[in-house]
Amino acid sequence: MLSEVNYLLFVLVLAVSFVASAVYLVFFFSQREKIRTTARMILIGSGILQSCYILSRYFIAGHTPITSQHEAVTFFAWSVTWAYLSFRWRYTVKNFGTFVSLMVLILLVLAASVSREFSPLVPALQSLWLPIHAGVAVIAYGFLALAFCGGIMYLLQERELKSKRFGFFFSRLPSLDALDQLNSHCLTAGFVFLTLGIITGSVWARQAWGTYWQWDPKETWSLITWFLYAAQIHQRFTAGWRGKRAAVMAIVGFSSVIFTLWGVTYLLGGVHSYAQ
Amino acid sequence: MPNEMILLLGVNHKSTPLEVREKLALSSGYEKPLQALKRIEGIREYYLLSTCNRVEILVTARDEARVVEELSRFLFGDALTPEQYEKHLYCYRNEEAIHHLFLVAASLDSMIVGEAQILGQLKEAYRWAAAEKCTGPVLNKLLHKAFSVAKRVRSETCIGSSAVSISYAAIELAKKIFGSLENKRVLLIGAGEMAELAAEHLVGNGAREVVVANRTLERALNLAKRFNGRAVGLDELFEQLELVDIIVSSTGAPNIILHKEDVKPLMRNRRNKPLFFIDIAVPRDLDPALNDLDNVYLYDIDDLNNVVELNKAERDKEAIKAKRIVDEEALKFKDWLAGLAITPTIAALRAKGDQVCTLELARTLPRLTNLTAKERQSVEKMAAAIVSRLLHDPVVFLKNESCKDQSEMKVGIFRSVFGLEKKE
Repeated sequence: MLSEVNYLLFVLVLAVSFVASAVYLVFFFSQREKIRTTARMILIGSGILQSCYILSRYFIAGHTPITSQHEAVTFFAWSVTWAYLSFRWRYTVKNFGTFVSLMVLILLVLAASVSREFSPLVPALQSLWLPIHAGVAVIAYGFLALAFCGGIMYLLQERELKSKRFGFFFSRLPSLDALDQLNSHCLTAGFVFLTLGIITGSVWARQAWGTYWQWDPKETWSLITWFLYAAQIHQRFTAGWRGKRAAVMAIVGFSSVIFTLWGVTYLLGGVHSYAQ
Repeated sequence: MPNEMILLLGVNHKSTPLEVREKLALSSGYEKPLQALKRIEGIREYYLLSTCNRVEILVTARDEARVVEELSRFLFGDALTPEQYEKHLYCYRNEEAIHHLFLVAASLDSMIVGEAQILGQLKEAYRWAAAEKCTGPVLNKLLHKAFSVAKRVRSETCIGSSAVSISYAAIELAKKIFGSLENKRVLLIGAGEMAELAAEHLVGNGAREVVVANRTLERALNLAKRFNGRAVGLDELFEQLELVDIIVSSTGAPNIILHKEDVKPLMRNRRNKPLFFIDIAVPRDLDPALNDLDNVYLYDIDDLNNVVELNKAERDKEAIKAKRIVDEEALKFKDWLAGLAITPTIAALRAKGDQVCTLELARTLPRLTNLTAKERQSVEKMAAAIVSRLLHDPVVFLKNESCKDQSEMKVGIFRSVFGLEKKE
């Protein structure tokens, strides 16, 4: 019974997220306030459904559902959604929702395209550290994904301002300053969680394998990602890196995140590989 | 009421050159002209709008020809003879007047289509008219409707959203770069009139400080005083560039005064805070290559003009949408007016019904002596019910929208059929 509910829930999540993106796109073209409110409501609905779906998987599997690729990507989408909604609650960035909802949809479609089988947890992963370490890491990815969306918006807007040809995006995207601040805030939040993710991971590794760091490919790439973001934040505070360079760096950093998430599993293997 | 019409007389920037508009009798305030209008016979409700681009009088009146004549004399005073003003004056009646008023309120008749100022002026004019008790049920409703039409146009089209003058274009761009202009510093290089205008707009939008750099310090000082700013010499330019955010350059210098190589090292000290250069000088003051620097945005006069042209085209498109809204609302208002015209007739019919009912009851009831109070009541109720049943269909016919255009004729026939004429 529960597994049927689980299946239906995922289909529902996918459908609702699709509708949310579609309505956000309609808003992006038409710029009607009413449509935006509707779109936001649908996105909140999608966020709630995602939470339900993850919970239902938790009850079926009996452990935090973040060990298969499908689960990890769903979790990723969930964290992007809620990172955005929590952000939205603090302050608004014009038309940011459109980009974020598309990102969530892409992630969910990716999650739909891989196996949704439940797989038993290997003994090494049976620990309270699993939800803590993986959860913190995925929340970090959520904020870094927001920074990525902000970076793309920045580049689009900056291109129109520099080229002095005002097309579709000029009136629809917020000011460069707002986007730069968004970048800075998301990176700071994302970086804090990323650091925590690495620390909790290494503490757990010490318990499970007796060593803090074993140069597993995923660990290495996480560290590379961490250095990319650390360098960027450092430069922002010391040399005042901002604007285009910061936006490009947010995109580069996020590519590294994506590689850590997928590339490592498929190309390099290691203990972090998802259950197949 | 039924024979009363709405009249709108006026002149605007399209129909009348400035020299003529200047001579119009009512250039000072609303109070006196409104009181003067009160003395004109035959107008019931009236209202007056006077801005630098238009003067319009809106009235409800019966005797059209005479009122039009009196109003035009009132409008032009002795400045122009009727032959002279005839070609300038426009005069709209009923639906046309409503439509025109809505067009004006929605800023579709303005010199710069879509500018928001006119709505404020309209509201102010209405406040004066209302304070002098010049408006009544029709004009109150009409003007409030005009305000809401303007609001609808603003929220449903993008007519007011883009800048159509160079100064506004510069502000719009600055807002896209900086978000808001609060706490931004402005540097004027050259103290000409254009620079002054630009600075005025920037300060009006929240810019914090104005620094003026000019070849002659005296002129710089004068201009700086206007904005409570500072004046500096041209040789201090580079130090100032580290502190300010927006630079408006308008010197008469024959060559470029600021090169890319000059600004590049400054960006490090500025910690890459964005710089927005506006070059409104011809020949240009600023090196076009400045735009290639990261976080530096340079717009010259042609770039700004392009923005303006683009926005104008956009506005024209939106204006078509806005006109459709105005047409729609004007039609709705016409229906309301038609409804207003039949209200007294319906009231008269009902009154007549009541009268017949009480008359017949008074005749019959005394003869029915052995009725209980309850039975008496039933008879009264029955009589009233017969009357209202009988009148129901005629009233529905009167309210019926099928022959709206001939409503005046319809009301006339209706009144004579039911013998309501003598009450008028």
